[in-house]
Amino acid sequence: MALTIGVPRETLAGEKRVATVPEVVEKLIKLGFSVAVESGAGDAANFSDDTYRAAGAQIIEGAAKLFAASDIVFKVCVPTTAEVGLLREGGTLIGFIWPAQNPELMQQLAARKVTVLAIDSLPRMLSRAQKMDALTSQAGVAGYRAVIEAANAFGRFFNGQITAAGKVPPAKVFIAGAGVAGLAAIGTAAGLGAIVRANDTRAEVADQVVSLGGEFVKVDYEEEGGGGGGYAKVMSEGFQQAQREMYAKQAKEVDIIITTALIPGKPAPRLITAEMVQSMKPGSVIVDMAAERGGNCELTEPGQAVVKHGVTIVGYTDLNSRLAKQSSTLYSTNLFRLTEELCKTKDGIINVNMEDDAIRGLTVIKEGNITWPPPAPKPVAAPAAAKPAAAMPAKKSGGHGQASEPASATSTAVTFLVAALMFWFVGANAPTAFLAHFTVFVLACFVGYMVVWNVTPALHTPLMSVTNAISSIIAIGALVQVGPEGWIRWLAVAGIALTAVNMFGGFAVTQRMLAMFRK
Amino acid sequence: MSANLANVSYIGATILFILSLGGLSSPVSSRRGNLYGMIGMTIAVLATVFGPRVTMDGLPWIIGAMVVGASVGLYAARTVQMTQMPELVALMHSLVGLAAMLVGFANYIDPAASVGLTDAEKHIHEIEIYVGILIGAITFSGSIIAFGKLSGKIGGNPLLLPARHWLNLAGLLVVIYFGREFLHAASVADGMTPLYVMTAIALLFGIHMVMAIGGADMPVVVSMLNSYSGWAAAATGFMLNNDLLIVTGALVGSSGAILSYIMCNAMNRNFISVIAGGFGTTSGASPAAGAAPAGEVVPISATETAELLGESKSVIIVPGYGMAVAQAQHTVYEITKFLREKGVNVRFGIHPVAGRMPGHMNVLLAEAKVPYDVVFEMDELNDDFPATDVAIVIGANDIVNPAAEDDPTSPIAGMPVLQVWKAKTSIVMKRSMASGYAGVDNPLFYKENNRMLFGDAKKMLDEVLTALKA
Repeated sequence: MALTIGVPRETLAGEKRVATVPEVVEKLIKLGFSVAVESGAGDAANFSDDTYRAAGAQIIEGAAKLFAASDIVFKVCVPTTAEVGLLREGGTLIGFIWPAQNPELMQQLAARKVTVLAIDSLPRMLSRAQKMDALTSQAGVAGYRAVIEAANAFGRFFNGQITAAGKVPPAKVFIAGAGVAGLAAIGTAAGLGAIVRANDTRAEVADQVVSLGGEFVKVDYEEEGGGGGGYAKVMSEGFQQAQREMYAKQAKEVDIIITTALIPGKPAPRLITAEMVQSMKPGSVIVDMAAERGGNCELTEPGQAVVKHGVTIVGYTDLNSRLAKQSSTLYSTNLFRLTEELCKTKDGIINVNMEDDAIRGLTVIKEGNITWPPPAPKPVAAPAAAKPAAAMPAKKSGGHGQASEPASATSTAVTFLVAALMFWFVGANAPTAFLAHFTVFVLACFVGYMVVWNVTPALHTPLMSVTNAISSIIAIGALVQVGPEGWIRWLAVAGIALTAVNMFGGFAVTQRMLAMFRK
Repeated sequence: MSANLANVSYIGATILFILSLGGLSSPVSSRRGNLYGMIGMTIAVLATVFGPRVTMDGLPWIIGAMVVGASVGLYAARTVQMTQMPELVALMHSLVGLAAMLVGFANYIDPAASVGLTDAEKHIHEIEIYVGILIGAITFSGSIIAFGKLSGKIGGNPLLLPARHWLNLAGLLVVIYFGREFLHAASVADGMTPLYVMTAIALLFGIHMVMAIGGADMPVVVSMLNSYSGWAAAATGFMLNNDLLIVTGALVGSSGAILSYIMCNAMNRNFISVIAGGFGTTSGASPAAGAAPAGEVVPISATETAELLGESKSVIIVPGYGMAVAQAQHTVYEITKFLREKGVNVRFGIHPVAGRMPGHMNVLLAEAKVPYDVVFEMDELNDDFPATDVAIVIGANDIVNPAAEDDPTSPIAGMPVLQVWKAKTSIVMKRSMASGYAGVDNPLFYKENNRMLFGDAKKMLDEVLTALKA
């Protein structure tokens, strides 16, 4: 019996996303599930009930009926108490849960005897898990939107221009934190033509910043900032001091600051003080993407855009809902990939396989038992595997035309010795006439060697067919033997016929091939 | 025509042959190079026919044989498909080998050939005949088998007889023993038996040698046989005291040898071990020993591929033997043309051993009218992959296998490969998940930025093209 996936309307104020888009409904149905969508669930993200219907979903009026009909519920936001009450006993819930921040919710869910997969608890360092990583996909959208919000609030162009009406300097954007959101913001701002600088406590992201067109600003202090699993950690006091100085300097120089700094399970770090805001040029913009968790800027008011000391401080917490269609599409694809993992048999039945690292991490409640936090993941063997690769660089093929590496002295000496011995043997034993031919032979080998190294690899096939044609010169051997006698003549005639095939065929096919090479 | 005049003509022909090979250094000069070759050959043949050693009553025979051979050759050259070039070349090698054998036998029977030679000279002459026939026979039978393997008439798997190295050694010893007998033979009739035995062994050796070589090593074999056909010509030249044959044979021989060397280098394989054969069998068991690739394969549809291509700025196409099999080169060109007109930087990356003979892919792309200035060698292109949006692999496997660089236990470890996985996205077009000729699993397929487009290359590319144009 195939299970039904239910998609309720998000009830949180301001939330415009929907957990499943019509495109994904089709894919889920192909996996064998039936899909039920609450009427109006996609309205805010511009997906009408009709498009869901066209994709094969059943539209159900009202949350209560929908929850009752669903074996599996796909949600975006953390469920409300009312929604938890509607969940079917023994059912499954997939969505954002944040178990560390919501212990009461966890208890309520456990009491409903449901299985809960928290998309936020995905073990992100598993490369296999990336396609299900909703935090990444949502952060990417938010990073993009943050730049758009900044551009909206900023009174000038982002790109520098020289127009008839005068020269416009490019905007300078500073991005604090180069996680997924930060990197998306760097790419978007650079794409709009701004000068982008970025900083992160994790020095290893510097390359990624540069690759997206940003400039990495270092904090003048040595400390390792990676906190495991790709997250940042709280830094020492000395580092924070140096970091504050750097931020103060940047605040004076740049027009726009976008902050994305978050540390898991902790309030957002305070990076931008009131003094720094004061020191910024009037008309500057700060977008604080950490507003929901207290904000990276001292003056941020979560959910609001305020102007303080002439600086617009944008503290929207609903950046994803401000790009609801895109966010929903990516999020529902993440959920679809997760469903694929859960339903490898493609028969519309899910199997929560606790042996699977990714699914084990996601599952925070299994049939009413709290299984969060998961045991420590198995150590990743990546660094060990990388070493042999570095130690064994691929051998460059002996380049064409350019000299390959010189052979070692010993092997050269041995080669010369062997050659000398052979030449001595030939010289001591062979008659004069043979030696003359031998000279010609050896020299011809060298000429051939020199000439053929210059042949471009693209023409290796024509080279083979032309050498083939040329080697039919053996015909001369047959020609001089066409004598009067029976046997010899027949052998010679056969030889001539065979080589003629080569001679004419070889040159003709070479000609045909070469005629095709063109610029 | 006097003997001196004939000799001078031969020198001219020699120079023209060298110029002919030299002309192949670039596609621009190559057509002239081929013309030089034809002129050289014409001069050489005419100088011989009208030279002192051919009598006029032989002329009708010569013309008759030439006409028959020429018509067969021209017909084959005109009708052959470009994908079948390796087979044609192998077949032609066998003809050279056979001709060398026949000339050797004729020369031995001909009493005029050894008139007025001193004892030492006679011995040398007989050794030359013996060696010439030996090389000719190996070339002949080896090329026939190579032809069979390339055209699919014989299975591509290496045939490995037990104790095959000992068999070869025993064969060599027998050949040397009969060589002694041959030299000591009192009359031509006495000498025939050792000659026959040697020829039979040489033929068997040629068959055995090529049978033991796996399909992935075919480029090496084809170029090696090319080399042998040259040495056979050179040996005939010694036999006939003809410098033109010696020079030409040496040119062809060294050309083939260099090609074999390049091919071996491109596979990071020792020449001796290719000849000794057995690649692809030992490796069958080792993937289990090496780390099994982790992760999973993400398929992609033709439409999605078209979307990816349409949005990219830089594309590198890596063709392999699968493109030749599917005859997909024309569709590849259509896609290339479409994308280039849209301003996408499309380039081709050719691995030296892609296909079944050296330069095979270049010829196919040239046939499909792909301009040669967007076709690059592996070394020229490998550094550009990180800046490439999409790398498409069409019917290739081992030449894009990251295990060659990452996994020292892999059978193909150290072989230079095209680093397609460094592109932002790589798409591999394949009929199934089967491993390549080397029998090695390919971790590329499991990389997270890799997508698999399953199906026949021609059909899939046609769909991609339709979707692109839509």
